[in-house]
Amino acid sequence: MTNSRETLSYLDWNATAPLRPEAAAAIAAALAVGGNPSSVHRQGRAARRIVEDARERVAALVGMPEAGIVFTSGGTEANHLALAGAGRPRVLVSAVEHPSVLHAVPGAEVVPVDRDGIVDLDRLDAALAADPRPAVVSVMLANNETGVIEPIAEVVAIARRHGALVHCDAVQAAGKLPLAGLGADLVTLSAHKLGGPMGVGALAIADGIELAPLLRGGGQERGRRAGSENLAGIAGFGAVAEHGDWSAVGALRDRLEAELGDAAVVVGAAAPRLPNTSAIALPGIAAETQVIALDLAGVMVSAGAACSSGKVGPSHVLQAMGLPPEIAGCTIRVSLGWSTSEADIARFLDAWTAFRKRVEARAA
Amino acid sequence: MSAVPIATAPKRANALPIYLDNQASTPLDPRVLEAMLPYFTEHFGNPHSESHVYGRNALAAIEAARSDIARLIGADAREIVFTSGATEANNLAIKGAAQFARAHGVARDHIVTLATEHKCVLESCAALEREGFRVTYLPVKSSGLLALDRLAAALDERTLLVSVMAAHNEIGVIQPLAEIGALCRERGVLFHSDAAQAFGKIPLDVEAMKIDLMSLSGHKIYGPKGIGALYVRRRPRVRLLPLIDGGGQERGLRSGTLPTPLCVGFGRAAALAGEALAGGEAARILALRQRLEAALVRRISGVTVNGDRGQRLPGNLNVSFAGVTAPELIEAAPSIAISTGSACTSATVEPSYVLRALGLPDAVANASIRIGIGRFTTAGEIDFAVDALAGAVAGLRAKD
Repeated sequence: MTNSRETLSYLDWNATAPLRPEAAAAIAAALAVGGNPSSVHRQGRAARRIVEDARERVAALVGMPEAGIVFTSGGTEANHLALAGAGRPRVLVSAVEHPSVLHAVPGAEVVPVDRDGIVDLDRLDAALAADPRPAVVSVMLANNETGVIEPIAEVVAIARRHGALVHCDAVQAAGKLPLAGLGADLVTLSAHKLGGPMGVGALAIADGIELAPLLRGGGQERGRRAGSENLAGIAGFGAVAEHGDWSAVGALRDRLEAELGDAAVVVGAAAPRLPNTSAIALPGIAAETQVIALDLAGVMVSAGAACSSGKVGPSHVLQAMGLPPEIAGCTIRVSLGWSTSEADIARFLDAWTAFRKRVEARAA
Repeated sequence: MSAVPIATAPKRANALPIYLDNQASTPLDPRVLEAMLPYFTEHFGNPHSESHVYGRNALAAIEAARSDIARLIGADAREIVFTSGATEANNLAIKGAAQFARAHGVARDHIVTLATEHKCVLESCAALEREGFRVTYLPVKSSGLLALDRLAAALDERTLLVSVMAAHNEIGVIQPLAEIGALCRERGVLFHSDAAQAFGKIPLDVEAMKIDLMSLSGHKIYGPKGIGALYVRRRPRVRLLPLIDGGGQERGLRSGTLPTPLCVGFGRAAALAGEALAGGEAARILALRQRLEAALVRRISGVTVNGDRGQRLPGNLNVSFAGVTAPELIEAAPSIAISTGSACTSATVEPSYVLRALGLPDAVANASIRIGIGRFTTAGEIDFAVDALAGAVAGLRAKD
């Protein structure tokens, strides 16, 4: 198997980020503690301390109270806990949300986005005004496929006027954008997008918000999420729960986009975006074909979100932006991380350009 | 880390306090750790990224793990749904079956379970009661075992599901699974079993036992915490509504990115448990328990063993010492890590609802401790624990 990292360029960081060394160290230390964090003996207390230290760090990252951090099995579960647990008769979600938000509760009302992928604030306002029943609004901080950053402060202001709760899926944004002061009542985080391990995430809950649990049982996590805690996962999450400096990555991404030439369309380019994400369309060329060609050249990208990358059909995100099929079905996601190098970008550009020329030659 | 020698005990073993709480959690087997490590670092890809080799390598490892888990219960790999643990698996089995039946107009809305089930089963049932389902909580005999005739009498034409724990987390008793399964199958009722404690410790076979849904846990079999699975029968097909929806992973039954290292660790732990079962681990652990029980009875007066003596997990001893409450005993014996019962509720001071359900008076229930013997427990540790308990009990009794 030729899969050593020397020979491949990994540009699929939004699917998952490689584990950071500090997370690996924290995981190794936690795996050596055999106890159950709920047990009162010494091993149990040692495990409990690991969980609470991580909780403190996650709370600091999100700028919300420690008592409001509920560890979950990941972002998907946290999104469900937030929306199903809020117990509000109305759930309003933006059209570009992750499937775990779109499908968290049946009957969610979808608020459209504009061509840049930004949630339509007037439509949100009107929808909330049209029906006085209690509501929860869910808008992600940054989109996983395009990197487009949503105006959460405005969403919060509108929701407040109507007495609605705000949930924000910050899975892709955490660590890349500041979260403190976001103003949302409920915020979802995932460890493995931050360079922590898979299988752990958190829901941050503002003071005074009561949620019905999704998983009932032993009463862990203050009764909001039963089940023995994923000790090693939580330890690894705590180790990476911090804001990074993404300016160098942003510069690499901008250079990449600048060198694509006129044949490519960068989706969402007019909107504020995460510094590491680029959704690049080659109109008329199926995304899957592009991904396979790049894979053969040793460059790992994706045709959209990882959870749906095995499915065919254009992304719901790009369709919601009103993009025609020759764009929506023809967009690849290139996502960078802290160890992405100039060489990775050059390799992508070489492979992508060669592929584009082959396609053009065939069409000519 | 590949230099970790095979089958050595984790560092914890033989360290103080002696770990005798293997029903709460087990130490990670070093061979499990070794299997997991490359999937934290080298093969870190998202297993759902099908477009590149990082994702495909991760997925291949997960599927191998799924097969290892399936093999241990006589199931097909496609019948294993990974979850974040047994609590989620129990919630998914019970709520998922009930909500599917309701959504599809099935005329069955009655659930039968035992008063001694794990909290997550009881709480899932209580949540369904609030939604209008009917739940019967059957009592158990003083041995902790279910009386089959009571179960038969509780079933009616509207019974959808029976949920009975395979082996008990506090008192270790093993329920007559094959008999329960046969009765359920005959009556057209789904049979769910929470096998978090039994999996890997006693032989389980979903075909022979006619089990339709079975909850499994990683960290009770020397695997990692944060991973479990639900067995969901394919023939005849058992249908569930998912608890967690989204990206459509796990055949739509459980969305969310699968944690590759945890799945791999769980699979390796299951494979090792299968080898251990075949290699006589249960007999070795049973001998340690018998050594412990015999010594306690010999050295300390007023000892009561709770739960059936025969139909019992080899590693579990639940025992009361007359006149000594469990919390004060635990405090007086700091050199051993034991518990009063279920870890999730061990911080509460009330007597265990499980022991009360056995008909034990509060004085005995309050005096009960759970001692969990595991793969890495040694005879020397057992002898040390006996000394520690005998000394602590004598000291506490002398005070009164």
